[in-house]
Amino acid sequence: MLQMFLRRLFLGAITVAIVSMIIFAGVEILPGDACTAFLEREAQGRVLENCREELDLNRPAVVRYLDWASDALRGDLGVSANGQRSIAEMVGARLQNSLLLAACALIVGVPTAIFLGVVSGLWRDRPVDLVLSTGAIFAMTIPEFVSATVLILVFSVWLGWLPGIVLTSANAPASEFFPEIILPVVVLAMVMTAHILRTVRSSVIEVMNSDYVQMATLKGVPYWRIVFRHALPNALLPAINVVALTIAWLLGGVVVIEVVFNYPGLGRMMIDAISDRDLPVVQAIALIVATVYVGVNLTADLLTMVANPRLRTLYTRK
Amino acid sequence: MTDTPVIQLSDLSIGFTGRAGHTLPVLRNIDLTVRPGESIGLVGESGSGKSTVALAAMGYLKRGLRVLGGTARFEGHDMFALKRRELETLRGGQLALIPQNSGQSLTPTLRIGAQLTEALRLHSRLDPAQFPDRVLELLGQVRLPDPQTITRRYPHELSGGQQQRVAIAMALAGEPRALLLDEPTTGLDVTTQAHILELLRDLARETGMAMVYVSHDLGAIARVCDRVVVMYAGEVVMEGSARQVLTAPTHPYARGLLASIPKLSDPHLPMALGGRPPAPGGAGDGCAFVDRCALASDLCRATRPMLAPGPGGAPVRCHHADRADTLPMSSQGDHAARAEAGTAPVLSLQDLEIRYSRPGLLDRLRGREDTRPATVDDITISIAKGETLGLVGESGSGKSTILKTIAGLLPPAGGEIRFDGDAPLPRSVEQRGPDHLRRIQLIFQNPDDSLNPRHTIAEILEQPLKLYFGLSGTALQDRCVEILERVRLGGHYLDRLPSQLSGGEKQRVAVARAFAANPDLVLCDEVTSALDVSVQAAVLELLNDLKAAQGTTYVFVSHDLAVVRALSDRVAVLYQGRLCEIGPSAEVYALPSHPYTEVLLGAVLEPDPDTAPKLTADDVIELSPPAKGCPFQRRCPRKIGARCDTDTPPWQTRDDGHAIRCHIPLDDLHRQQQADS
Repeated sequence: MLQMFLRRLFLGAITVAIVSMIIFAGVEILPGDACTAFLEREAQGRVLENCREELDLNRPAVVRYLDWASDALRGDLGVSANGQRSIAEMVGARLQNSLLLAACALIVGVPTAIFLGVVSGLWRDRPVDLVLSTGAIFAMTIPEFVSATVLILVFSVWLGWLPGIVLTSANAPASEFFPEIILPVVVLAMVMTAHILRTVRSSVIEVMNSDYVQMATLKGVPYWRIVFRHALPNALLPAINVVALTIAWLLGGVVVIEVVFNYPGLGRMMIDAISDRDLPVVQAIALIVATVYVGVNLTADLLTMVANPRLRTLYTRK
Repeated sequence: MTDTPVIQLSDLSIGFTGRAGHTLPVLRNIDLTVRPGESIGLVGESGSGKSTVALAAMGYLKRGLRVLGGTARFEGHDMFALKRRELETLRGGQLALIPQNSGQSLTPTLRIGAQLTEALRLHSRLDPAQFPDRVLELLGQVRLPDPQTITRRYPHELSGGQQQRVAIAMALAGEPRALLLDEPTTGLDVTTQAHILELLRDLARETGMAMVYVSHDLGAIARVCDRVVVMYAGEVVMEGSARQVLTAPTHPYARGLLASIPKLSDPHLPMALGGRPPAPGGAGDGCAFVDRCALASDLCRATRPMLAPGPGGAPVRCHHADRADTLPMSSQGDHAARAEAGTAPVLSLQDLEIRYSRPGLLDRLRGREDTRPATVDDITISIAKGETLGLVGESGSGKSTILKTIAGLLPPAGGEIRFDGDAPLPRSVEQRGPDHLRRIQLIFQNPDDSLNPRHTIAEILEQPLKLYFGLSGTALQDRCVEILERVRLGGHYLDRLPSQLSGGEKQRVAVARAFAANPDLVLCDEVTSALDVSVQAAVLELLNDLKAAQGTTYVFVSHDLAVVRALSDRVAVLYQGRLCEIGPSAEVYALPSHPYTEVLLGAVLEPDPDTAPKLTADDVIELSPPAKGCPFQRRCPRKIGARCDTDTPPWQTRDDGHAIRCHIPLDDLHRQQQADS
């Protein structure tokens, strides 16, 4: 088991390393560099030379990659091209905000999704299932900016219950984001609930039709005991991976929501950095998001393995 | 013992609503009475409704089914009128089921101990403190070794036979008065099956439970049942004592069923039962069996016969039961086509060694040799042109593995395969030329898995024809029809999808696809194991006809010794990937035998209530072959001592080519076996 864990960890590290090379190479291939972006029209002749000298841009790309990578390993992501601030500090605050948003959405979304998924799976083809399944399809297909706008219109413009936009500054402590964070959380939770609900529903249906549930019924096990003891532990296994993908999405892919609600998260910072051509920041965020993806998926795989006796005993009993 | 029935089904009809809105019956007017301590066998082809009967006795219906009329009573309780709570106390308690596939019927995330304890908590009056001891006692009662360890295992960590025993232990937990068994040994090895059946017989005798035993296997039914009910198309067509039904059946269907079973003692091919049962609701006004019956008359087409006492007194649903004894009921089919003697070998395997495990990257870098015994080792066989070689052995004996290696799907770790006297065949399928690929064809066990469900039969057959012969247009079309006709399906099948065909028809298409390539060597991997006996007989007949017409060579893999006997010229017996015995079929099935062959043959169940299997070795599972000595050393009932553990036994060959690999001299072996039988 430990050997298995270490091997997966090693493979994950290799993945991150390869991704970091691709990110670095991608930024390298783009026309221009940090200096041309920073100096804009003055980027010529002596000034450009000096700038490049100062930022060590004249050394071969491989050497610069190794420097960047080893710094990143120590938590030093370099300085931004615009304003020469420490990227680690800038990103740190944004990452916290993104984590806050993700955590809230997960706390609300995952239990709701699992509960509703189980309900619609158990009452398959009944009215409650039809309502939930159709609702899920709507939540998945309506673009987030539309549902976000509608929610803002209803809850902050018409009813005036909740603030429609986040005005707290990026470096503020977590508690100050309430109640501004509620609407973005609701929008995110809706989308993720829909995805998880559908997975859980189909998995519950499959398990409830399995031979072992039939056997448990014929063994005289009461219905709810079958559901909780025989069916759900098996039905929820596939949900782990969907939840993992959702977490990764919440941390890096919710740019649209962050823009609509003016939420100072990682995604919006990335967009800003791209439009400013702040390449070191783009590089750093891409690396962080990639690491999160790898880390979360690794955790999900390991959790599945722990939760599924078939996989677990493969490594614990020889 | 009182005579009040434990289970009583009266005039029970069950059906579902079809696509057109019609009600289609799956069971029609079933009357069935089971008295305490009695064991009843329900037989019939797949789709005859026998499992539905067993589940209905528990008040359980599969999704979509509903009761159309009649009642199912257990000790007087009307099972379909009971409340859920009341059903829960009866089910698994006084009335227990042993499912067909225990592997899938045990909850994968719960340990065996937890699942047994649950059954006790629900149905046992014992003090919960005694549960752990009772669990061990139950596991001991079903003769599982080391119950303590078993309780901590998950279902997937047990072998098929062990899982089945756990299911039986679970059923016994509630001390049931009636036990329903839904094909409980289908899919198990012959030896395991025989042991499980003996266990059930003993348990029934000890506890006085009634048993309803559902199976298509008349051999198993003959072994455990007093009374047999034959079902066809959702009806009871005959009912009587096991002896009556199995030795003097008065219904044409029962006779046909018996004639389609290959028997160990009989080298003839079994007789196929033509046609197929009607779909639910398709039986019309007359007798459901009319289209397949040799005695069918206008009366049969017009009116449905009633279940009435026939000749010999047993109730039978036939207008012409008095003439049923004119129909054959033993396998009077053809003799299998035989190879001409003395032809050159088409295929020869030389010291074939196959491994599934591959050394890890680190071991390869360090140049370490794999010291574990190979999965399949030391296989040297040559097969003459037109010959059929049967490969038999239990699951895990490596028979299918060898086929895969011959086909090039699994490259061997050592040794060579020579085909048609050529240079050795390339090891894997990618390295083989189109001519080799064409000449060696493989037919798989399950046509549901081997035919692409989205391809029509035409597309399936066209592929080899285009690929190997470059046919196109009308030539291609004509050839497809011709091939279909050769497997006794017509051109009208071309546009159908596999899902629109019955199991037997699908397997014919699979055979047709293999023969479309005009092969010299056809590898058959358990090709009849997924089929009903009547269909199996038809496929065997087809394979035999094709062989007679084209001189094809077969390697025929099966776990069913009687099937192998019917078709093969020579038989090779495998244990743990090693050859034990090889020779002409008549010799291998006669004495002297390798002790393993003896164990296998002893466990075969004949559809005759007067025979009993001879069980010698335990049905323990072995995960890997021993590192040295005889592969069968751990289970051998005739082991002679340390020599078996350390020395690889020599081949002892007789003049007729019959060879046995054993330390015991053949004459001694023969004498011992004669004395025991």
